[in-house]
Parts: sequence; C-alpha cells; structure tokens
Amino acid sequence: MRFEGRAVLVPGDNVDTDVLYPGPYLNIGDPEEMKPFLFEGLDPTIRDRLGGDTVLVVGANFGIGSSREHVPRAMQAWGVRCLVGPSFARIFYRNCINLGLLAVQSAEAAALAREGSWIRVDPAEGDIDVDGSTVPATKLPPFLLEAVRLGGLVEWARAR
Amino acid sequence: MGYTLTEKILLEHAEVDHLAPGDVVTVRCDVVMTNDISGPMAFHTMTKMGVPRVFDPAKVVVVSDHFTPAKDVRSANLQKRLKEWSDEQGVTFYGQGRGGIEHAVLVEDGWVVPGSVIAGGDSHTCTHGALGAFGTGLGSTDIAACLAYGEFWQVVPGTVQVELTGRLAEYVSGKDVILAVIGELGVGGGTNMVLEFVGEGAEALTIDERLAVANMAVEAGSENGIFPADATTAAYLDGRTDRPWKAERTDDDALVDRRLAIDLDALPPLVAKPWSPGNVAPLDDVLGLHVDQVYIGNCSNGTMTDLRQAAALLRGRTVHPDTRAIIVPASRKIYAEALAEGLLEVFVEAGAIVSTPTCGACFGGSTGILAEGEVAVATTNRNFRGRMGAGDSAIYLANAYVAAAAAVAGELVHPADVLGRVPA
Repeated sequence: MRFEGRAVLVPGDNVDTDVLYPGPYLNIGDPEEMKPFLFEGLDPTIRDRLGGDTVLVVGANFGIGSSREHVPRAMQAWGVRCLVGPSFARIFYRNCINLGLLAVQSAEAAALAREGSWIRVDPAEGDIDVDGSTVPATKLPPFLLEAVRLGGLVEWARAR
Repeated sequence: MGYTLTEKILLEHAEVDHLAPGDVVTVRCDVVMTNDISGPMAFHTMTKMGVPRVFDPAKVVVVSDHFTPAKDVRSANLQKRLKEWSDEQGVTFYGQGRGGIEHAVLVEDGWVVPGSVIAGGDSHTCTHGALGAFGTGLGSTDIAACLAYGEFWQVVPGTVQVELTGRLAEYVSGKDVILAVIGELGVGGGTNMVLEFVGEGAEALTIDERLAVANMAVEAGSENGIFPADATTAAYLDGRTDRPWKAERTDDDALVDRRLAIDLDALPPLVAKPWSPGNVAPLDDVLGLHVDQVYIGNCSNGTMTDLRQAAALLRGRTVHPDTRAIIVPASRKIYAEALAEGLLEVFVEAGAIVSTPTCGACFGGSTGILAEGEVAVATTNRNFRGRMGAGDSAIYLANAYVAAAAAVAGELVHPADVLGRVPA
C-alpha cells in the first residue's frame, strides 16, 4: 500500500475546522457540492492548487474543533490522496482514517516538503519519501492500517 | 499498577482483560447520539455499510438542534430526514421545540450516568464527563458504525489530572476554570488525553458548573473532561434516571501523564480573545472594548445557573443602545424553568432577544450572525476566525456575568462595576 502525490502546503498550526469548512455550509450532504467551501475561511486560493494528485502538507495540530466530516469528504472530492503533518486533532484524524483518507504524522516530512514536492507514503513501513529523501513517520496501528487499506470504515463494515 | 477512571470505564466496555494508553480497543456504547448535521450523513453511511437497522433502538437518541428552526430549504430537508429516519428506526427523537441542545437534553433527561459511554456525533459530547461518563465526539462515519454495531474504535487516552483547590470568587464561574486550563495547556496540549478534575474545589462545583468545564475539554484537544461521581452527582441523578451506576475513581498508583493545579480562590474572570480558545487573558486586560453583540447560551453555558447570572445583571437595567443581546436557554426544560422564574421577562424587559433553544449562531448557523468588523462577547466555546459570521468579526469567550455586564455597558466591563451603578 503506497500513497503518492504532489505537495500542496497549507500553512499554520492549529488550523480549525471552522476555517476549513465554515458552519453555514454544514447543511450540504453531497461531497461534490462541498468542494467550493473547502478552505473558505482560511484561504480560498488553496483550492486552485488542488490537482487531483494532492498530498496536503499541513501544520501541527491540524483540524481542531468540530466533528464535521465535511472537511475530509470535501478534500477527497478534490482528489486529496493523503495528508502529512506533525500532528492532527483527534476527531479530524479519526474522520480521515474512517473515510480511507490517510493522515500521517511526520514533523520531518512536513518541514522538508516544498510546494510541488513529490511525496510518497508507505503507512505500513512508517516512512515518507520527499523528493527522494526518506524521513521517518509515525506508524499506523494495525487496525487503522487495515481500515485505510480497505478504503475506510464502510468497506471495513462490509467485509465484517 | 492501577487504572485511571477513564481506563476503568473503557475496560468495562471493551472485550479486553487489560489496557494501557495507546492501545486501540473497540468500545461498546451505552448511548449513541446524533443531530441534524452528523445524523443524515451517518444514516446514509450506515446504509452503505449494508446495515438496515440500528443495533438497539433503546440506545439511540436523535436531537434536532443545529439548524433549528430551519433557516432554509436545505436545512428543512435535514430536519425532515431526521424525523423520518427516527420514526422508521423506532429510536428516541427530540424534534424541534421538544428537546433543545443535545448535550443539555441528554444530561437533564437521565441518559447519562457515571461510568457510561456516550458516543456523540458532535465534538462537545465531552460535556457528559461532567457526570462521570466517557462522552466523546465522533464524526458521521464513526456514528454510522455506532448505529450499526453499537461500538467504535478508540485509542486509549492518557490522563491530565487537574486539581482544583479553593472556591470560585464572585463573578467567576466554571467557564473561567476551563479557560484557565486551556490557557495553560494550549489548544493541543490535551491531545490523546482526557482531562480529569479532582480535589475539593472540583467537588464544590455544581453540576451546571461542571458541565461548563467538561464541555470545553475538546478545546484543549482532549477526548473527554471527566469529574469523578460524588454526592453532588448522586443528588442530581436522583429521580432523573433508573439506569444503574456506581462511582469509580482513579487509583492512587495509576499512571497520570500530567498534573495541573488551579487555585480557584485566585481565579479572576477570564476571556478567550480572538481567534483561539487558548488565547486566554484576564478580563482586566480587555476592559473598555466596544461590544456589538452579546450571546448567552450554547451547550456550555446556557444553563439555569448562567441565566440567573445574566439576570442578576440585567434585572432593572437595559441593553446598551449600541449593543444587542441574544439569550438562548440550552433546552426546553431550562426555557420553561426560566420562564416560571421570571428570568425571561427580565431579559425581554431589558431589550434582549430571547431565542428558542438552538445551536444557532454559536457555529454560524443562523439567528445571530456577526457583520463585518463586529465584536461579540459569547458564553459559547469557540472563537475561531469567522465562527459566528464575517471573517473579520471577533469573538471574546466569557462567562455569563461578564457577557451580561457587556450587554448593559456596551463594552467589556467588570460585572461589579455594572452592579454598582444605580439602575436607570
């Protein structure tokens, strides 16, 4: 299992889910319709850089606040393949894993990555390749790894 | 080595003989709660999982509270779906006008007892730690699995033990206690942890104050904010629930990751300045700041305690002409009690807006959105950029005394200064 793509940098630590996907649009249920509101309160121009092969490189404690799953769902709809950052807020992290969207902790990779860097992640091995340099990442526990491998909790449930 | 209170609760709810922080375990739910935002998405996901019926209708509670009353057709459709699904599944449903804000409703109606596990499709499910439960916020896919199977995966958290000593001073409330903790820990300092509140200062807090404290545990990144059950908890639950429960505590030799001490005697009224609940300062640092909107309500501070504190300031006074005040009792029962006690009359006579229970403007949903450049003082739990409206609006989080004082003065002032003035 390997995830790879081009880095899009999302600056700042403690980025909250309100700026990632503002409250007024929480009545939307279709991920395609959520896309125009992703990053709306942070920097809407980030959307212009999402290319369908995106690895989001984020700051520490990313995704604090609400349990709104609109954030990772909209990211997936934009073609975000995985997230790399020093640390993630707990509910946001759960939501990503549950949707099969890999979020990997690596302060080293986040520091090394530049806009457009090619990033390869192997969550089972616990390392990340940034433009050819390999740096360590936190390994996923087996259950979480399996959930991501299957594509999320829906597939995990169907396989149950 | 012994166990923490949280480890004991998880041990009771998982098929394992022992556990330790970092372990991934499957946890059984005693109550699964969802609302008009997380619910419809979870129902759809449960269908995709291939599961047509909930695991146990008696353990599922659905509350209409976020876009309530509906602000537009999209929101109205969510409400409609919520009711139809609940009727179809035979689960408990608190419809519009029937319940109120989910966390207030669950607590007052006896769904929550010490030692229980409450899985909620809302990040402020940590509120239920006030009664000694493991209440934790989850997203829609997690909730779908909880509805389908009655369980969720959980990384066993560590514990930050917060010892409270002394007693709250006048015009200081549970809000200030938790702001002090978040100011100390930062918004990430409690990640992968629960906050556990102990000591004679914690035992002296009423249930309403404990709810205010536990509610914002997630603002430090924590999974839950827990108060070990005691005589106050038992008195509160008496006549409210027939669910069995027993009081547990953290063992003396359990591993506690971090200890904090807060001296309540020395705690002044605090505020969290824009745009982070961790940006905490004494009220004294921001005196004189003009306030456009005061919002008293939400799942942390919309209790009878908060309404009484607000009424103490607003009785016989009026809301400043350059300021508007919105008061939102957290539940229908609180609304009715405040009505009977004459508090709602005090608010209306003062020129405040009294709203039906709703999450409303707290998350920028409706009924109290901020215009560009406006400043709000709110008893809510988040002041992130744009949370209540325009991207450059500002939210100061504060207790109900401070918020109501700002409504009267039109600016941040010490509540004692307002009470010292002769009512107009």
